Amino acid sequence: MVIDLDKCTGCGACAVACQQENNVSFRPDESDKLRTIAWMTLYRLDNGKDYPEHREAMLPRPCMQCDSPHHSPCTFVCPVNATVRDEHTGIVDHIAVRCIGCRYCMVACPYHARSFNWWDPKWPKTMEAMLSPEVSPRMRGVVEKCTFCHHRLNRARDRARINGEDPDGVVYTPACAEACPTGAITFGNLRDPHSDVARLAKDPRAFRILEKLHTEPKVYYLSSDQWIHKQSDNDLS
Amino acid sequence: MGEVKNSTSKKGLGIVFFLAGFVGALILGWVVFPNLLYSSKTQPVTFLHSSHEDSSCEDCHYFRDDGSYSGVPGVAKCAECHEEPMTESEDERILVEEYIQQEREIPWLVYAWQPDNVYFSHAAHTEEQGIECVRCHRDVSAEEKMPVYKENRITGYSKNTMKMVECEKCHAEKGASNSCHICHK
Repeated sequence: MVIDLDKCTGCGACAVACQQENNVSFRPDESDKLRTIAWMTLYRLDNGKDYPEHREAMLPRPCMQCDSPHHSPCTFVCPVNATVRDEHTGIVDHIAVRCIGCRYCMVACPYHARSFNWWDPKWPKTMEAMLSPEVSPRMRGVVEKCTFCHHRLNRARDRARINGEDPDGVVYTPACAEACPTGAITFGNLRDPHSDVARLAKDPRAFRILEKLHTEPKVYYLSSDQWIHKQSDNDLS
Repeated sequence: MGEVKNSTSKKGLGIVFFLAGFVGALILGWVVFPNLLYSSKTQPVTFLHSSHEDSSCEDCHYFRDDGSYSGVPGVAKCAECHEEPMTESEDERILVEEYIQQEREIPWLVYAWQPDNVYFSHAAHTEEQGIECVRCHRDVSAEEKMPVYKENRITGYSKNTMKMVECEKCHAEKGASNSCHICHK
């Protein structure tokens, strides 16, 4: 996945689409952000200078699906194998029904990409009919995170099978990329050198967050602003 | 000599008690406990595949263009033929009067039902790929009455629900991926 911060307006459509697509529950009062569940969320960046040099940017943050050799930070600490990286697709899976809710992975994740279900999921009565049957809701006491909409991958693979195409060669679009009104989010296969994402990942504007931790995120960001590049390292040396 | 004889008869008695206890434990484990664990339910309407041999399997169980599978057909499908009763059968009267005329779906008890967190792709398990329907489903072709639906009282799952270990075993044997996201959603 490649997210172009020069194009991102910070509208939050990706976060809303994600929440809708993946049956992410919410409470009437979401002011306590430590208890909020967000697979895709927006971080606000500013360059710390006063007017007229003041600059701000919004940074959408899904799960980075870390590609570090051997293990991702979260899969390394999980004591019950509830979160495992699939080496074929590169997706870091998290299976809520196996999760015991110890939250080691939340501590290990340097991107705060994981959320904990402090309560059983609840939706307003009128919203229950809008829940997606494609994604199973999680229960109280487990962790959840962005899946790169792998249910859409499975659907695309099934469609390919029925049409006699190669299920391993399918492309699909996650809900966030589909919803983005400015086309800031590009999704595809990084391993395919001819894909848009592989080309954009080599762009001189490209960077990844906390690259020096060697977590090898599969989410690349593009920005022409040097101060954003600089903040992505969080002053690690 | 008397002492020796005494000890053999004690031994014999011991074996009898052991066997009685052993058989008792087996009956408890194989008969009594499974009967306690599973409640028996009957289907709302008796449906016999053998009475519908004039239609092909694909008339009701088919793939949609998007690769999803139709599964158990809805009552609209039944209504295509059974708008009015075709026979004198009591079950057909129930079907027509209580479901088709009132446009209610039949609450079938699905023997192979999987829990909500499972994603099963029928498109990946077709006869072209060497997997017969009866590998997972019962053979319905000559069935004369519907089997009793056994529901686990603790989990609420059907007794015939395929366990994850079976999926994993076959995937491993066939070289298919065993990643979480292949079967979980």
